Amino acid sequence: MNFDINLNINISNFIDTSTLLYIALFSPIVGSLIAGIYGASPKRIGIGIIVSSLIFLSFLASAGLFLHLYFGGSIVNVRMMDWISAGDLSVPFGFVADQVSVTMMLVVTLVSTIVHIYSIGYMEKDKGFNRFFSYLSAFVFSMMFLVMSDNFLGLFIGWEGVGLCSWLLIGFWYERESATWAANEAFIMNRIADLGMLIGIFLIYWHFGTLQYDEVFAKVNSIPVDIISMIAIFLFIGAMGKSAQFPLHTWLADAMEGPTPVSALIHAATMVTAGVYLVIRANEIFALVPEVGYFIASLGAFVALFAATMALVNRDIKRVIAYSTLSQLGYMFVAGGLGAYWIALFHLVTHAFFKALLFLGAGNVMHAMEDELNIMKMGGLRKVMLGTALLMLIASVALSGIYPFAGFFSKDKILEVAFDTHNYILWGTLWLTAGLTAFYSFRIVMLVFFGSARYKDFGIHPHEAHGFMLWAMTPLAVLAIVAGLFEHQFIDFVTKILPVYNFSEGIHEIIGQLVMVTTAIAVTGITIAVLSNMFKEGLFTNTFKSNFIYKLLDNQYYIPKIYDEVFSKPYRELSELFWKSVDLKIVDATVDGIANCILSTGENTRGMQSGNLSIMLRLMVIGITVLLISAILYSYADSILTLLQGVLN
Amino acid sequence: MNLSISLEHYLLLSSILFFIGLYGVIVRKNLLMLFFATEIMLNAVNIGLVAISNYYGDLTGQMFAFFIIAIAASEVAIGLGLLVIWFKRHNTVDLDSLQSMKG
Repeated sequence: MNFDINLNINISNFIDTSTLLYIALFSPIVGSLIAGIYGASPKRIGIGIIVSSLIFLSFLASAGLFLHLYFGGSIVNVRMMDWISAGDLSVPFGFVADQVSVTMMLVVTLVSTIVHIYSIGYMEKDKGFNRFFSYLSAFVFSMMFLVMSDNFLGLFIGWEGVGLCSWLLIGFWYERESATWAANEAFIMNRIADLGMLIGIFLIYWHFGTLQYDEVFAKVNSIPVDIISMIAIFLFIGAMGKSAQFPLHTWLADAMEGPTPVSALIHAATMVTAGVYLVIRANEIFALVPEVGYFIASLGAFVALFAATMALVNRDIKRVIAYSTLSQLGYMFVAGGLGAYWIALFHLVTHAFFKALLFLGAGNVMHAMEDELNIMKMGGLRKVMLGTALLMLIASVALSGIYPFAGFFSKDKILEVAFDTHNYILWGTLWLTAGLTAFYSFRIVMLVFFGSARYKDFGIHPHEAHGFMLWAMTPLAVLAIVAGLFEHQFIDFVTKILPVYNFSEGIHEIIGQLVMVTTAIAVTGITIAVLSNMFKEGLFTNTFKSNFIYKLLDNQYYIPKIYDEVFSKPYRELSELFWKSVDLKIVDATVDGIANCILSTGENTRGMQSGNLSIMLRLMVIGITVLLISAILYSYADSILTLLQGVLN
Repeated sequence: MNLSISLEHYLLLSSILFFIGLYGVIVRKNLLMLFFATEIMLNAVNIGLVAISNYYGDLTGQMFAFFIIAIAASEVAIGLGLLVIWFKRHNTVDLDSLQSMKG
């Protein structure tokens, strides 16, 4: 049992920890640049392998740092160089590997490595193979920058970097109108939120005079609490955009236009959790303002239920999983908002594993079905793709929160926290959501892998994915099963810097009942999903589909339509008005006027350049005369003016 | 009645000569005449300089006059050389024939 002691390896004896940190951070960007050089050239399998190896190297370095910290090493903090140094403002390129960031690094690089290897198979027939790897690695670099930075501005660089890479990757198939539209939507939604984030950072600098995490958190008690709550609100607005919380959530489902590995890496495991990471990282700020925390938790619970209901009826396999991601992010925010930061981080980690697995499985299904996404056209696929079926089943069980899978531990903890803090409404919402989660997860599994083979009617011949793609997914499946068992080690590790959440005494007595109740609803959800799809084709019969609620859910609560009507269309009309009346008539007219004026001056004075010496001499004489007269006038300007005044008076 | 020649007279002469030269420069089309006109202008200035130099008892003005004479001489030497070549080629010294720079 006590083999920890034997394993007590001091990593820093072998290699300098700051070197490890640099390797972890920079090897993805090296890969990205190498792939970028070949961006426009035809597919080279070597690029995929080199880039994946570099990401794996980054993973090894992160693992090294993790071991270093796990076995009691000190926090690694490096200051690479000064970035901004102007007056009182000094922002370095500084990086930190503490317990929180190293956990994130480990998750990011692990999922990235798997997704990179998987992508070699997934993108094998794509023209933009090299370009894809360049973008994907650039994303990993930005994400690492985001989690490793030791100041808010560095975090913001990473924040924008992942936003940019997300835009590039959602719109990867740029010849598709819908993909570019979705990419722009994601980018613009994030811009709105980033403005809030930026204001939060400005406020921090304004009141703290620094942007370094440790210095800010050290001073946090000397700042008036209303300022702190403003900072917390603005930072959370940034988090809302990146983590796609209501009302900025519409982009995430549309982001499914991107290649599936992108959805797995960016829109499930890493980037969308950046908002949660921000709340965890700035926990000392959020902990001071429980009202804001309560708002975050309430919004999280609302989004959890709201997204889960939309997932119930959707027929697009990737969109269902995207709504599920939204819903799970809501769970994380509940934990973060209620002050249980380590639980939020724990759910972030386990969720990254099983959700990435679920997406990669969906990618296999999509490939098998020749890019068909409608789950109504699938069915019975387990016969042709047993491996994928098994992996997706594991992920779905973990997502539903069944013991002893990873999701059980983290999700249950969040419910316990909600119950423990006497937020019974939040608890009830999350409890209901847990049932819905189980239902929609198994609805997908049943509709895709079980039942009659409906795809035959559409002339599709499914095939299993490459063996190495399935093997690449296996580590995620293993982690989706076992990650929850490391709960205690996880607590010990991250609570070295995160506040410990102490459950009240009373909760221990009823914890058994709570777990039972939660598991019961999850099992009920699964049972309904399985039964309804086993004996008849789906719960949603045609009569059900004409139901108002079904229509509401199917149209995503009409929110995209409302946004379109309320924001996009008036904006477009306003833009057209400004284009026609202001831009064309004022701005363009002014610029054109200046140009035309210069042009006509040139045309009219061209005659002077006749090359005739006689004319030139005459012009010269006129010029000299004019100059002389003006010189005389100028030197007698005063007396002339007084003369004029005298005449006028 | 004082009939002695004062500074004003010199300056008046100088101005008259200068404007005669300027008039020549503007209206004459013959290149040779243009040279004469410029020489008249230069010497008009010389008269002015020398007169003022004498008036103030300062030799600087006369120094200037010598410089101008030297420069005028070299200018005429080069200018007449060019003029002769031009005449040999085009058989005319009319200004309107010098239009190869016309844009």
